Amino acid sequence: MSLITSVLSLLFTPTTLAVTIRGGTSLLYATLGEIFTERSGILNLGVEGMMIMGAVTGFAAAFRTGDVWAGVITGTVVGGLLALIHAFLTITLRADQTVSGLALTLFGSGLASFLGQRLGPGGTPLVGQIGPKFEKLPIPGLSAIPFFGQALFQQDVLVYAIYLLVPLAWYFLYKTRPGLHLRAVGENPQTADAMGVNVAGIRYLYTIVGGMLVGLGGAHLSLAYTPGWTEGMTAGRGWIAIALVIFATWDPVRAVVGAVLFGAINAVQLRLQAQGTTIPAAFLNMMPYVFTILVLVVITWWEAFSRRVGAPAALGLPYVREEKG
Amino acid sequence: MMIPLKVEKRLAPSRTAGFLVPFISLLLALVFGGVILLVAGANPLTTYKAMFLGAFGSKYSLSETMVKAIPLMLCGLGVSIAFRMLFWNIGAEGQLAVGGIAAAGVALFWADGLPEALLLPTMFVASFVAGALWGLVPALLKAFIRVNEIITTLMMNYIAILWVEYLFYGPWKDPAGYGFPGTAQFPEAAWLPRLPGTRVHLGLTFGIVAAVFIWLVMGRTKWGYEIRVIGENPRAASYAGISLMRNIILVMILSGGLAGLAGMAEVSGISHRLQKGLTVGYGYTAIIVAWLGKLNPWGVLLVAILLAGLLVGGDQIQITMQLPAAVALILQGAILFFMLGGELFTRYRLRLEWMPAEQALSPPPIGGRGSEP
Repeated sequence: MSLITSVLSLLFTPTTLAVTIRGGTSLLYATLGEIFTERSGILNLGVEGMMIMGAVTGFAAAFRTGDVWAGVITGTVVGGLLALIHAFLTITLRADQTVSGLALTLFGSGLASFLGQRLGPGGTPLVGQIGPKFEKLPIPGLSAIPFFGQALFQQDVLVYAIYLLVPLAWYFLYKTRPGLHLRAVGENPQTADAMGVNVAGIRYLYTIVGGMLVGLGGAHLSLAYTPGWTEGMTAGRGWIAIALVIFATWDPVRAVVGAVLFGAINAVQLRLQAQGTTIPAAFLNMMPYVFTILVLVVITWWEAFSRRVGAPAALGLPYVREEKG
Repeated sequence: MMIPLKVEKRLAPSRTAGFLVPFISLLLALVFGGVILLVAGANPLTTYKAMFLGAFGSKYSLSETMVKAIPLMLCGLGVSIAFRMLFWNIGAEGQLAVGGIAAAGVALFWADGLPEALLLPTMFVASFVAGALWGLVPALLKAFIRVNEIITTLMMNYIAILWVEYLFYGPWKDPAGYGFPGTAQFPEAAWLPRLPGTRVHLGLTFGIVAAVFIWLVMGRTKWGYEIRVIGENPRAASYAGISLMRNIILVMILSGGLAGLAGMAEVSGISHRLQKGLTVGYGYTAIIVAWLGKLNPWGVLLVAILLAGLLVGGDQIQITMQLPAAVALILQGAILFFMLGGELFTRYRLRLEWMPAEQALSPPPIGGRGSEP
C-alpha cells in the first residue's frame, strides 16, 4: 500500500506530470505514425529503426546547423525515406511484411550507431555533444492555471503540435473522404480497388507518412525530451509504440491514453531513481517493458472476450489484383 | 502500382533464381554499403579487403570467426524452427541472456556441491531450461490468449538484459573485482574445453548436433511434418487436427532452449564469468541468419559462419581503420533487404507494364488470330 501511495503522490506533482507528457509525446508521434501505416493494411515493424534514425539524424542536423527545426525536418524526412524502403519491398515486390519490418529495424539501428560515431565535429562521435534543443515555451494565460498549467502548457512546441495533431488525425480518419479511402484500403482492398481507389498508391502514401511521424517522434527524443545523442537511446520505444497501436485499437484518440500511461511509468521510474530508492535501478528500468506485456495481455484478452477486433482486416496481407481468366 | 512493373506468378519457384539471388543480394548490399562508406569518407575497397582479411585471412582470424559463429548457429537454429511455423520469436537475445545467467549460477554456486564431471552437464541443462522457460512465457500467452508474440518476445529481451546487469552489478558482483562489473571467474571445471591454441570451444559441436537434430526432426518425424504444415497452411493444419497450441509450446521450448545454450557457450566457453558484453546482438543477427539460411539447418550453419565473419571483420576495421564496427550491422541489414526483394524473382516473373502482356497471358481466342502462324 505504501508503495502505491508513494507512487501516486509522485505522479501527481506538476513536474512529474510535465515529464509524463513530454515523454509520452515522442511515443505518441510514433504510435500515430504506425496507426496510419497499419490502417492502410501495411504492418511496419521497422518503427524502432526509423525512430532511432530520426533521433540521430535529427540531432546531427540540429547540431551542425544550429537550428532545431533543421533537426525536426531531417528526422522526419529520414523516417519517411526508410519507410519508403519498406513500402517498395512489401507493396511493389510483395516481400513478407514482418521480415521486411524487422530488417528495417536492424538496418536502422546499425546505421544509427554508425552515424552516431561519425557525425560529430570532424568525423568524431556525436555522443556527449551539446546541441540546440527545444526550449519550453509557456503559453501566456493558460500556463498560469494552477497545477495543470505547468503540466500541460509549459512545454515545447512539438508537444503543442501533438495537441492539435491528435484531433486532426481523428477527424481525418473518420470524417473525411481520404480518411474513408485509407480505412477502406486497410479493411477491404478488393472493394476499395473496385471503387476506383488506388490501393498501392494509398499504401505507399501512408507507409511514408507513418514513417515521417515516427522519425519526428525520434527527433523529439533527441531534441526535446532527452536532448543529445546516446547509443540505443530509443530503448525499445519503437516496439512499445507498436504495442500501443494494438492497445489503442488503431484509434488516434485512444493512443493518447496509452502514451500518457507509458509516459507516466517512465516519469515515475525516473523520479524514483532521482530520489534514491532501495529498489535497484535495473528493476525500475524494467517497468515499461513489463507493463507493455501486461497491457498487451489485458487488451488481447479483453478483445477476445468482447469479440471485438480492432485490427484492419487486411493488415499484413499483400494485395494482388485478381487476373482475368 | 507506383512503378510500372507487371508481376506474374511462376508455376514453380525458379531454381536458377533461388541459387543466384543470395549472391546477387550480397553483391548489391556490398555496393550499397560502399556508397555509405564513401559518403563517410572511407575507401570501400580497402575497407572490404580489411574486413575480409580480418575475418578469414589468417588462422587466428578464422578461429575468431568460428567463435562468433557458435552463438549465431545456436540462436539461428532456434529462431529458424520457430519461424518455420510462423511463430515470430524475436526473443533469442533474451533467451541467450537467461541461459547465460543459469549457466553462471550453476558454475558460481553449485561448483562445490557437484562432482567436477557433472558441472558442465548441469550448466548445459540449466541454460537450456532457462532459455526454454523464457521462451515459454510468450508461447503460452500466444497459445492461450493469442497475444502478439513479436512484441512479447522482444520485451522479454529488454527484461532479460536488465536482469543480467542487475546480477553482475549487484548481488553476483565479484567482491574481489575492484568494482569491475562482472561476477567472479568460474572454476576451471566449468569451462568448456577449447581447441588448442584458439578460443574455439566445444559449443561448436552443440551447434552442429543441434543442426543434425533439427534436420532429422523436420524431415523424418511426425512433429516436423506438423510444424511444416502449420507454417505453410495454418488452416489446413487445424482441419487435419494438428494442435497449434501444443506445437507452439513445444517449438518454443526447443527454440528458447537452443538460444539458452548459446548463452552457456558464451559464458562458459569465452568469458568464464557473467559480465558486460554477453548480449551484443547475436539474438538479433540470428534473425538474419535464419532468413538468409532459408530456415534450413545446413543453410543456417553456413550463413552463421559468413555473418560471424562480417562481425569479426567489423571489429577489425574498428581497430585498424577507426571505422565504426556498426558497418557490419548496416551490411547485414542491407543483405536481408536485397534478399527479400530478390525472393520475388524466384516466385514471380517480372516485366515492365508497357510491354504487350496480353499475348503471353491469355489463351488465343478460338478460331481467331491464334490459329494463324
